[in-house]
Amino acid sequence: MKLTGAEILLECLIREGVDTIFGYPGGANLPIYDAMTKYPQLRHVLTRHEQGATHAADGYARATGRVGVAMATSGPGATNMTTGIATAMMDSSPIVCITGQVPTTAIGTDAFQETDVTGVTLPITKHNYLVKDVNDLAYIVREAFHIARTGRPGPVLIDFPKDIQNDEAEFVYPEGEIKLPGYRPPREAREEEIEAALRLIEEAERPVILAGHGVLMSGAMQEVLKFAELTQTPFALTLLGKGGLPEVHPLSLGMMGMHGTGYANLAIQNADLLLAFGMRFDDRVTGNLETYAQQARKIHIDIDPSEVNKVVPVDVPIVGDLKTVLGQMLPRLRKLSHKEWLAQIRDWMEDADERDIVNQQVTDKLLAAHVIRDMWEATKGQAVIVTDVGQHQMWEAQYYPHDRPHTLITSGGLGTMGFGLPAAIGAAIGLGTNDVWLIVGDGGFQMTMTELGTAMQERVPIKIALINNGFLGMVRQWQELFYEERYNATPMQNPDFIKLAKAYDIPARRVTKREDVKKAVAWAEGINDGPVLIEFAVERMDLVYPMVPAGADLHDMIRRPAPSDRTI
Amino acid sequence: MKQTLVALVENKPGVLNRVASLFRRRGFNIDSLTVGRTENPAISRMTIVVDADADKVKTQLYKLVNVIQVENVTELPEISRDLALVKVQVNSQTRGEVVQLCDIFRAHIVDATPEAVIVEITGGEDKITSMIELLRPIGILEMVRTGIVTMTRGDHILSPNGYQPRGANGNGHTSVI
Repeated sequence: MKLTGAEILLECLIREGVDTIFGYPGGANLPIYDAMTKYPQLRHVLTRHEQGATHAADGYARATGRVGVAMATSGPGATNMTTGIATAMMDSSPIVCITGQVPTTAIGTDAFQETDVTGVTLPITKHNYLVKDVNDLAYIVREAFHIARTGRPGPVLIDFPKDIQNDEAEFVYPEGEIKLPGYRPPREAREEEIEAALRLIEEAERPVILAGHGVLMSGAMQEVLKFAELTQTPFALTLLGKGGLPEVHPLSLGMMGMHGTGYANLAIQNADLLLAFGMRFDDRVTGNLETYAQQARKIHIDIDPSEVNKVVPVDVPIVGDLKTVLGQMLPRLRKLSHKEWLAQIRDWMEDADERDIVNQQVTDKLLAAHVIRDMWEATKGQAVIVTDVGQHQMWEAQYYPHDRPHTLITSGGLGTMGFGLPAAIGAAIGLGTNDVWLIVGDGGFQMTMTELGTAMQERVPIKIALINNGFLGMVRQWQELFYEERYNATPMQNPDFIKLAKAYDIPARRVTKREDVKKAVAWAEGINDGPVLIEFAVERMDLVYPMVPAGADLHDMIRRPAPSDRTI
Repeated sequence: MKQTLVALVENKPGVLNRVASLFRRRGFNIDSLTVGRTENPAISRMTIVVDADADKVKTQLYKLVNVIQVENVTELPEISRDLALVKVQVNSQTRGEVVQLCDIFRAHIVDATPEAVIVEITGGEDKITSMIELLRPIGILEMVRTGIVTMTRGDHILSPNGYQPRGANGNGHTSVI
């Protein structure tokens, strides 16, 4: 049977297991939107901006592990997607973006709403396509999903000209294995690699595991935990690694890096062996590379060969799927103990708890850290948290321990303000549950708060915790610490967020006192037929501690200046 | 140090752009890049001379879906050839000098007018550079070089490893994939 290009696309999406498309129609993708009326099994979520569509697809993908799909028209529709695509690229999130394009006959003529979208997105996609023949389409869609979800996942874009959407072809779904020429399927580790790693592990007295996003993507949570427990190796997490290992665990060091725990960073700097599992030594976790973990030998297991020896030279690089490689290693590990090392870390832990995180001053003011800690208690640590980017994101990482995979969704690599709200919408739709909380600052919220319309129209039961300090808080923090308190362009005059929510028919409440936090959380948990918003009016001048200034040595942390009464 | 890599890539629209874009965004300094057809119409071959860490270049190239095979041939016995066309300003006195230089370098004069000759020279990079330095004082009007193409000696072969063109219609597709 002959189908149009638009129909073939949708047939293929269904075969790839797609149930939801986040998108925005326009001149160059109308045939697809028209064909959609014949496929009621595909839910289309109309976002209010194409950036929102890509973040929503990203949130959907990160929450469910399935490929997220976003759709936009040509030109401005497609260029609006780029922030979301770049975000997915940096965090290895599998999404497929489908953009309309002007008809093939008009390509290259500066036609209305024409942009070279494959050119624009080339550096921010894992791969992209320009469909020029309807007979190629089914194969392209199949391959696009394969590329997005396999190996190191990432975003793939299909640019789909309008005339090809209308062209007809015999629909044949390409069965069989997809083979890509230079794509090396993840292999097992070689015997000599395993032996070299085991030797370093046996010899180590002060080992630390650095667990990254790869732990989650590989599904190696159990293997890493077993490894840690068997060899009594403490583990530190990257921001995107949170949820991969239980943070409430005697061997957990919490998050590492710029705003990581003092003891995680000290452990790394004093370690004699680093076991980097599915992480990439981002500058936010290493600080100054010249002084980074100088005493440590390093074992690096990662699926992406280009990450090995990229910025930190390692002694034993193993390119492969973490779950497979640890599966090879585990049966050959013997029980180890590192009593002295763990005791030393415990000392640092107590000291750091006093100084940095657990200890917050007793004050009348509402602190964001308190809000997040109380949210953790009120939700029993079981919510799926989506954050935006900034101080609240770091406080979330410090005060909301996660013990289940895929329960923290946050923009790490690109640090995209505005990611939170649309990603939360995507996550909640993908999961179909009522337990998705968005923690968002007043700055990032206003970048994409237009998506409140999406949440309203689709009745998405997200709970929004708006941490309002009336500042671009993280930038203000840098101005306070490194620019002699010249707060240029960081104070914000904000709208009345409660009234704003009301305009969208979203129940909303403002909280100004700590004793009301848990009550408000409970109130929000009772509202599950659509979104709900709580505005927490928090202390304006608060800082995230500890902090390793950009480019400083990892052990050179700015600590909280005046420890006083313990309140958490 | 300069590194020479040979890459087999799919002969598809946009592949050169993908490779060039990768080099630009990763800050790999290209000294020369040549691309041309091979015995297999579905495959193009690139010779890339870079001033960068060859292993990093290689692992990054493999991230491109269209890249089939990459080899660092810097340390291998190889034949490298560059071709230059040099238009030299001549008069009745200097024409003979140019002809003599062509003899020494086994170059050819492929065009001659009363005011100028075009010299075609093929060879390794050093040979071409030496000849150019000798032609310079005579008066170079215009010059073009192709950049280096390289092949390893003997039975060492960069093989496409059973590469099959992607796509439902074999290599018949016209889309940019």
